[in-house]
This record gives sequence, structure tokens and C-alpha cells, in this order.
Amino acid sequence: MSADHHDHKPGFFTRWFCSTNHKDIGTLYLILAIASGLIGGGFSMIMRAELHNPGIQFLMDDAGNPDGQFWNVLITAHGLIMVFFVVMPALIGGFGNWFVPIMIGAPDMAFPRLNNISFWLLVPALLLLAASAVVGAGAGVGWTAYPPLSSKLFHPGMSVDMAIFALHLAGASSILGAANFITTIFNMRAPGMSLHKMPLFCWSILVTAFLLVLAVPVLGGAVTMLLTDRNFGTTFFAPEGGGDPILFQHLFWFFGHPEVYIIILPAFGIISQVISTFSKKPIFGYLGMAYAMISIGVVGFIVWAHHMFTVGMPVDAQAYFTAATLIIAVPTGIKIFSWIATMWGGSIEFKTPMLFAMGFIFLFTMGGVTGVVLANAGMDIAMHDTYYVVAHFHYTLSIGAIFGIFAGWYYWIGKMSGRMYPEWAGKLHFWMSFIGINVIFFPQHFLGMAGMPRRYPDYPDDFAGWNEISSYGAYLVGFSTLWFLGLTIYTFTRGKKADDNYWNVQPQTMTLEWTLSSPPPFHQFEIQPQVK
Amino acid sequence: MKKQYLWLLLAELAFIIAGAAGAAFAAESFPHNWQMGFQPAASPVAEEIHRLHNMLMYLVCGIGGFVFVLLLIVIFRFNAKANPKPATFSHNTMIEVIWTVVPVVILIVIAIPSMKLIYFMDRTVEPEMTLKITGYQWYWGYEYPDHDGLTFMSYMIPDDEIDESKGQRRLLSTDTQIVLPIDTNIQILITAADVIHAWAVPAFGIKQDAVPGRLNETWVRITKPGIYYGQCSELCGKDHAYMPIEVKAVTKEEFKRWVRKAKRDFASATGILNQPVQLAQIEDIE
Repeated sequence: MSADHHDHKPGFFTRWFCSTNHKDIGTLYLILAIASGLIGGGFSMIMRAELHNPGIQFLMDDAGNPDGQFWNVLITAHGLIMVFFVVMPALIGGFGNWFVPIMIGAPDMAFPRLNNISFWLLVPALLLLAASAVVGAGAGVGWTAYPPLSSKLFHPGMSVDMAIFALHLAGASSILGAANFITTIFNMRAPGMSLHKMPLFCWSILVTAFLLVLAVPVLGGAVTMLLTDRNFGTTFFAPEGGGDPILFQHLFWFFGHPEVYIIILPAFGIISQVISTFSKKPIFGYLGMAYAMISIGVVGFIVWAHHMFTVGMPVDAQAYFTAATLIIAVPTGIKIFSWIATMWGGSIEFKTPMLFAMGFIFLFTMGGVTGVVLANAGMDIAMHDTYYVVAHFHYTLSIGAIFGIFAGWYYWIGKMSGRMYPEWAGKLHFWMSFIGINVIFFPQHFLGMAGMPRRYPDYPDDFAGWNEISSYGAYLVGFSTLWFLGLTIYTFTRGKKADDNYWNVQPQTMTLEWTLSSPPPFHQFEIQPQVK
Repeated sequence: MKKQYLWLLLAELAFIIAGAAGAAFAAESFPHNWQMGFQPAASPVAEEIHRLHNMLMYLVCGIGGFVFVLLLIVIFRFNAKANPKPATFSHNTMIEVIWTVVPVVILIVIAIPSMKLIYFMDRTVEPEMTLKITGYQWYWGYEYPDHDGLTFMSYMIPDDEIDESKGQRRLLSTDTQIVLPIDTNIQILITAADVIHAWAVPAFGIKQDAVPGRLNETWVRITKPGIYYGQCSELCGKDHAYMPIEVKAVTKEEFKRWVRKAKRDFASATGILNQPVQLAQIEDIE
């Protein structure tokens, strides 16, 4: 067999629609994430434009009355799309697929066909979710879909059922993908690549995959019970039949809290790779970093009810969930300090990925400390369902994850596409995003403390000032996203050719992707690499 | 180099003070424009929440400022120009132990007052009266079981009927205020008749979900007479933003006078779901 046989690419349809190649599937995931990101981001632009001034500007029904249902559909779609169709596909499906096999020295994922179906389940899921927004009155239930609001009585029609099926499909996709990653990482590492030598990005995907396998089935169960409540007369969550709406919240958050770590852990992994490369130093406290991620994953399963401090929980349960939640600050603190210690004494080059990584540390610290405030049940009762919480979770898991994605994008885009982005344009993208995001979300802390509830299309006139500032930030981020799109198109069409090791990654921080060509051959590692 | 660090420390100090000032910012009894902190406390629970928050602000601004200063040092001291040759260390057991143990100590410092607050907020030991609240799509029902089951519904005043000369506030004022006495331990029982709502009044430090099929309990002891506002705080459908809460706190004597008048004005608890005049008003809002 000749070498070109292995680099023979199938025809267009077979290659992109029946793909079993981890790099092509990773590319498909990234395309899906960008497309959904534009939809979900577009929704947030409508939301910020509506909130720009008090009163209803845009969201009116035909009679000219406020259309609160449409608003609720927007916030629901924004949340679900960003979580399930932007961040998870980009970080796990996209970068995970692309770089986990390469970084551990494997030729592909363990189950290439399973990989294919993982991706293709997401496409109908996205279509179902998009359709749910336009069928009938739409699913205006929030991404949490709490019954009884999501029950048949208060949401008749098919929208909520379609959203539930979208979650089923996206959940199945995640579980299959996770099983694939676990198998790949445990069985297909190159000789010498022990678990304790594995790059932290692979560690982060491994921990995430376990969280997915353990958490997503619980969501599947919860929404299935909701589905039978809606359609087959069961009353799991209906008090009139002996059920309890709070049961749904416990099930949802037993999934939902690990989910926030599912979102952020792969970003941790990318940030570790980027900081190490651009500081030209090995990661500080490698084992501490790996085990911090594991402990975040474990503790993440026993803190779920801190999302529910106001539901009428027994006071001892509030005390327990407060204490358990505070503990998470310890491993996350270890990660922040270890990243800084990695940079300490380094010889840092501030390329775009590094800027996004440092921006990540800043934003994550900001969201982390407000998390310490919110962890206390007493404080949370004041802040719950206000803009303070909105600011907190956007600083951490939303913008944190997005900065992780951009760090990874600029870091690896040369490797994936074979072309480099213009450095100045990437830096401009960073500064516009960084400033815009802080302008959006920092004032929301003030709004929340003053008592502005979330999920409101209109607010008392006294909240106008900070809301206007916040909306200006959103427009800047919107512009920076268009800038990013233009920059990406330029990179793919006219970007300079990328060298194999275009960041000049030093031997002390070397990972296997830099030993391959840019882009890597269709099938890499024909000769199995040996890791010292 | 020494001087540079001094400046950074000063910067951190300014950061901490600015944060603390934000926390201690005084305001009126409703939100006002450019407000940066809580609405002023009008109950012992809210006072304790503010006290804990002020303490937390010093800690978190300190931690945030510390990380921020470290980042600045890294940027200025360890960029490729200033430090062309990278160091090679990747371990230091002592510092790893320190940055594990010190946060644990800080968390214990936080947890002690936090636990006290949680148990203090839970319920009142000796309630002097009870207010029962029921959430509906999209209005609130109130019942005074200790005052012959006095019952009424409370709806938002629509935007076009707001009369600012009477001090009414858009999206906050209701057609019927809840009147409560000050300096009284009031037990509050909350439930809902359709979907989940949440009854929240920031100045009292109260936010409690109204869940169908459950009866939740909280309490308040209002310290100052005045008008206090709140808004529904759990997504409950299309008019979630349009079911505010307006509490008028009065002296005990005034409260007694109000109860006498209210008993004439409102139907008793037996008519709770049967008030055609009030129901006609929801349709007006819609």
C-alpha cells in the first residue's frame, strides 16, 4: 500500500455526509456551532435591543400589546441553542474530535461510525428546536422548562414536545460522543502516552465525557417524564395527580449543574494548552490541574440544589448545599493560580489565543467570585432570578466558554485549515469582544442587586440607565462577531500558509499536533508515534 | 521594579474600596436609576443579608484584585521582551499547599456567618399574624387568616392608567396594596394555583417560590413604615413581568383601622375565586 492511498480523500458527498474521519467530523461540528452561534447570538441582539429602553419597543403582537410569549420563546431558544448547539458542539465535538486523537497519538476515534451518528443526531435536534419556536405559540418555558408552565395545560400545542425531542436527540448525541471519547482515551493512546503524561486538554475531555455519561441520561429521564405528563396522562410533576413540580427541578439540576462543568471543563483544557505554549513553560502543577478537574467533576454532582434555594427547601438542605457549593471554589482556585504560576517566569508572547486565554482568566475569576457570593443560600435568596445571576453565569460558563472556544480557534486554526489568520485582526477581535462583554455584563450586577428580575421584556423605568449601557456593549460584541466572520472567511481564502509548528512550540511544551503537517494528513500516524 | 509593584498594590486598594463603596451605596425604598447596590433594608433579614454581602464584597474584591494584580505583574514582568529566557520550574509543593489551604480558611470564614443567616431567615419563632399569598397567572391573591379571612386580589396598574402625581410607578404599582403592620412578626405562607411564581420584595430580603401543591413559609418583621415594591421572580408565562407586589407598611394602630375598613371593602375568603369585578380587570390588562 502506498502512502497516497492513505491520503486518498473520498468524494464530496461521502466525505462530508458519510464521514467517519475524526477531523472532518470535528470540522462539521465547528460549522454547526458557528451557524447556531449566529442564530443564538442574533436572538440575544434582539433581546438587548428590546431592553435598550424601558417599555416595549419591538416585541408586540398584532394588536400592539406586549408579546410576552414571544420574549419567553426568545430566551428559551437563546439558552438551549447556546448550550446544546454552540458551546458543546464547538468544544467537545469540534476541538475534542479534532485534537484528542492527535494529541494521544491515535489515528482516529475508537468508533468512527458512532462518531458520525453523534454529529448527525445534532442536525435534526437543531431543526426540531428551531421548529418548536415557530410552531404554534412556541416554547416559552425557559431553558429549564419547569412544569407546570411546560405542561399541556399552560403550553398546549406541539412546541414543547418538539423541544423535548430536540433535547432527546442532542442528549443521545452527547452520550454516544462521550462513550466514544472515553473508549478512545483509555484504549488508543500511543506507547509511552500514560494518563499522567496526557495533555490537559485530553484530560478535560475525559472528565467531561464521564460527566456527560452520568448526567445527560438524568435529563433524558426528566424530559421523558414531562413528555408522558403532557401526552399520556401521567402526573409525575402534576400536584393534582399526586406529583410534584419540584421533582422535575431536582432531576433537571442534577443534570444541569454537571452540565455547567461539561461546558467549562474543555475550555479549561484549551486554556491550559495555550498558556503553556505562549509562556514557553510546561504547565505548573500538572497533576494538581488534572485532579482539580476530576474533583470539580465529582463535587459538581452533589451541589445541584443550589439552583433551587427559593423553592422551599428544608433549612438543613440549604445549609448542606451552601457548604458543598463553597467547596468548588477550592479546585477552581487551584486552576486559576496554577495558570498564573505557569505564566510566572515565562517568556510570554501575546498572540491572539494568549489574549483570549488571559481574558478567560480575568472573566472566570470575576464570575468565580460572584459565584462565591451566590453559593450562600442567604445571599442567593436576594439574588436568585435577578440580573446578578445572569451576570454571574455569563461571566463564567457562557463568555468563559466562548473565550475558550476563540482561544482554541485562533490557536489551532492554522493547524486545521493550513492557513493563518491576520494577527492584527485577531487582536482587534479580542479587544472588541473583551470590552463589549464587560460593558454588557458588569452593569448587570448592579441591576440584579437593585432587584431587577431576569426573563423580563420590560422593566421599571428606574432600571433604564444600566440597561442602556448593557445594550451598547451587546452591539459592540455583535459587531465583533461579524468581524470574526469576515476574518474567518479571509483566513480560509487568502490566509498565509501555516508551517507545521507555526507557534514555534518549544520542546518543553510540545504536544503531538505540532509534529504533523498543517493541515494534518487525512489519516495521521501511519507510523505509530513513540512518546518518551 | 519596586516602584511598579507599589503602584499595582495601590491599584488593588482602589479596586477594593470602589467595590465596597458599591456595596454600601445607600438608596431609597425603590430601585432608582444608576443604583449600584441593594435597596435599603426594611427588615432584620434584609439587614443581615446586607451585612453578609458587605463582608463578602471585601473578600471577593480582595481575591479578584489579587488575581488582577498578579495578571498585571505577569504581563509587565514576564513578557517575551522583558524576560527572553523562560524559567523551567513546574512544581512547588509549598505554594500548592498554600493556595489550597488559604481558600479553605477563607471559605470557613464565609461559611460561619452564612450558616447563621440561613437559619435566621428560615422562619419566625413566634408569629403574631399570618399572611397567605397565592400566585395566579398573572396576579397575586392575599388572605389574612387572623383577620376574619380578609381576602383580596392585587393586579398591576396598566401603563396607560399610571398616575405619577399619586406616586404610582410603572410596572410596580398595583390596584390594591398589601397593608402590613410594622414591628410585627409576620408569618408568610405562599402557594400557587396554576404555575410556579415567586413572591419577592427586595427590601425585606424575601424571595419565596409559590409552588402549586406546596405551602412554603417565610417571614418578615418590617422595621420602617413606607411603600415597598417587588416583582414576580419565577418565569410564569407571557405576563411574568406584569404581576408586581406593592406592600404598604403602617403602624399597628393604622393597620387596625385599615383592617376595619378593608373588611367592609373586600369579600371574605369564601369568595376567593369568585370575584367577577376583579376578573374583568385581568381582561383589561390583556
